[in-house]
Amino acid sequence: MVVAFIQRAIMQGIPLLFGSTGEILTEKSGNLNLGTAGVMYVGGISGVIGAFLYEQSVETLNPVLAVLIPLLSSMVGSLFMGLIYAVLTVTLRANQNVTGLALTTFGVGFGNFFGGSLIKLSGLDVPSITLTQTSLFFKKSLPFADKLGWFGEIFLSYSFLAYAAVAIAIVMSVYFNRTRSGLNLRSVGENPATADAAGINVGKYKYASICLGSIIAGLGGLYYVMDYACGIWSNDAFGDRGWLAIALVIFAIWRPNLSIVGSILFGGLFIVHNYIPNLSMSAQELFKMTPYVVTIIVLVIISMRRKREYQPPESLGLSYFREER
Amino acid sequence: MSTQVAIELKNITKTFGNVVANKDVNLTVNRGEILSILGENGSGKTTLMNMISGIYFPDHGQIFINGEEALIKSPKDAFDYKIGMIHQHFKLVDVFTAAENIVLGLEEKGRYNIKKSTAEIQKICDKYGFDIDLNKKIYEMSVSEKQTVEIVKVLYRGADILILDEPTAVLTPQEIKKLFDVLRNMRKDSKSIIIITHKLNEVLEISDKVSVLRKGEYIGTVQTSEANESILTEMMVGKKIDLNIERSDVEEKADRLLINNMCYVSREGVKVLNHVTFAARSGEILGIAGIAGSGQRELLESIAGLRKLKHGSIIYNNPKNGNQENLRDKTPVEIRELGVRLSFVPEDRLGMGLVGNMDIVDNMMLRSYKKGKGVFLERKGPKDLANKIIDELEVVTPSANTPVRNLSGGNVQKVLVGREIAASPTVLMAAYPVRGLDINSSYLIYNLLNEQKEKGVAVIFVGEDLDVLLELCDRIVVISSGQISGIVDARTTTKEEIGLLMTKTDGGEKNEQ
Repeated sequence: MVVAFIQRAIMQGIPLLFGSTGEILTEKSGNLNLGTAGVMYVGGISGVIGAFLYEQSVETLNPVLAVLIPLLSSMVGSLFMGLIYAVLTVTLRANQNVTGLALTTFGVGFGNFFGGSLIKLSGLDVPSITLTQTSLFFKKSLPFADKLGWFGEIFLSYSFLAYAAVAIAIVMSVYFNRTRSGLNLRSVGENPATADAAGINVGKYKYASICLGSIIAGLGGLYYVMDYACGIWSNDAFGDRGWLAIALVIFAIWRPNLSIVGSILFGGLFIVHNYIPNLSMSAQELFKMTPYVVTIIVLVIISMRRKREYQPPESLGLSYFREER
Repeated sequence: MSTQVAIELKNITKTFGNVVANKDVNLTVNRGEILSILGENGSGKTTLMNMISGIYFPDHGQIFINGEEALIKSPKDAFDYKIGMIHQHFKLVDVFTAAENIVLGLEEKGRYNIKKSTAEIQKICDKYGFDIDLNKKIYEMSVSEKQTVEIVKVLYRGADILILDEPTAVLTPQEIKKLFDVLRNMRKDSKSIIIITHKLNEVLEISDKVSVLRKGEYIGTVQTSEANESILTEMMVGKKIDLNIERSDVEEKADRLLINNMCYVSREGVKVLNHVTFAARSGEILGIAGIAGSGQRELLESIAGLRKLKHGSIIYNNPKNGNQENLRDKTPVEIRELGVRLSFVPEDRLGMGLVGNMDIVDNMMLRSYKKGKGVFLERKGPKDLANKIIDELEVVTPSANTPVRNLSGGNVQKVLVGREIAASPTVLMAAYPVRGLDINSSYLIYNLLNEQKEKGVAVIFVGEDLDVLLELCDRIVVISSGQISGIVDARTTTKEEIGLLMTKTDGGEKNEQ
């Protein structure tokens, strides 16, 4: 029971981990992308579109292509979302909050429209698309995991995307703190005028981190459909995971390595109601609320501590342009 | 010491629209030499330095570096010519350590290794005698430490020509002494240093040569050894110009506002106002003269109740009932009700006085929003007032319902001053009320102030143009580094006297002892 809970919590947490590491990368460049929910949704549906078209076009699936096609189409979809956001906020200096919220609305609408279209195309009675075959390839875990008992179940029973999420978070943490380019990126998010004066191309760094951040976040959507939901797409099933990912950024105080622990905690809090017997519906909803409550508590604590390292990047949410002085 | 020329400017001219910021400026700085650039506010010192550091490009003239003509089009070009500028406002990332800030943006070969870089930076610090912890975060640093980081940053990038824009403005006397020691060390190392300042004693102490600018024009260069304070002041302020501003005489004068021992310490811990004592009398325009940033803004805002004083009192003699009241620690609303009005024109005209996106009527209501009954606004009064101001002050506007943002600077100013005067104040404070206005609008504002004075209002006028101060005001308080360096009678004083008082710093002299 405990082992199963931990396992489910981790699986629940992986989409959040993708979303929050992507968002952390974006926010470190000083751009607050509230469109992450939409980006993840588009990442999911784009993968579904790729997989659907591939499944429809061939009799038997090639394992490599079955993974590669949804993966690439998901990345292209979320890159496209990231580009919209980057053009609007970096080049045109639109308000980041408004742009992000619009992007969420757009992304969800985009996903539901294509989700609905594919459901019609598949001609089934149920309001969902089933991509079981593709999902099987995505869910492939290490073959010897079963033989190692609880250890195998907790640590080795996941698909490659889950390990990729953890790896990306660790690599990003190293990138921020141990590389010259990471230092430059952080300076762009903290104080773009200073970065500019030091000869750093502010626009380039912002574009790169927004686009890459969106791609990473989009993978969270793909993981959710292909692995967590076993290849079944139904509209709006993704829920408010995008917002949880943004809350997780704050919880992890903009550190990708803390985000790993945080995502598992959030995942656990999100599903813990299933493991407490005899809960009423309303009590279940109360339990689902806990990740947000925890985030608020963290916000209160970091505000009280007043330590500058725990604060968001200083110019987060502000557009930068080199003024004529 | 070699006498090789490091940088030479020939006939540099720069205009912004119709404003000539620099006209035919010629300068030379040798290796191992410190040049001071001296001038009043708006004399074009910073513009000139910005052309050397690649922020502006000159309209005419040439820059020679080590004898060869140089085209400096961007800060990066300047850096390639080994020119480094330390701006007045530091460009540092607060949450980074000193070392991280210093290596930021550098494209060095090899792996990023902050420890190795730190060791190299430490060598530079030891060489010139900088005393700084490179692993300390910027936000934990004092202003002088931040300045040190900026200087080390420029040196680490290999600069041979250093430009410091008013480096001493924010430092304590002890820190200034330290800075000067470091500058002397760099001079020994045959670096060239250009330092912008308007403190005469510092000029005489640190530099080898002094170049003086006045209203964008190059006045001349003198060897510091041959200069003294009065020569430099005369070069800096020039001869008096007649403006023919009316000045009426008011017979009855009474002390309206008594400022006693006012001390204000900024959040950064800098003493901005230091034992300021003076009286503002009714029927008199009291001028406040001083180099920009000497504490004028803090002084007015403290009287208006916007800042918390450390010491001192602000005694207000209420003409209605003859009571004496201390304005210190009163809220702005309480102070306003007593009749003290602040018409403040900071750098952003629309910052503190008016709301740009609101129309003239709504801006009138910012003063009367507490009047009236019920939840609905009383609009008639403010509307009449708006129309009255538009008529009487000849505000050029399509209607009273035009957002003030769309008005020109002069008209915005008329609206602001008009509103403040309409409230029939007993004390009227105006800071730089004619900044950016054309001549006609300026005279209109002078007349308005004179009118108020004749009505028995105590007017406090903060100005920057000495000619205007001399003709408009009755008495002039000269403030220097937050201290009053003199109170003079505007009818008998001279421009030179005020100029000398403005640049007098007690701090520097104490430092010498």
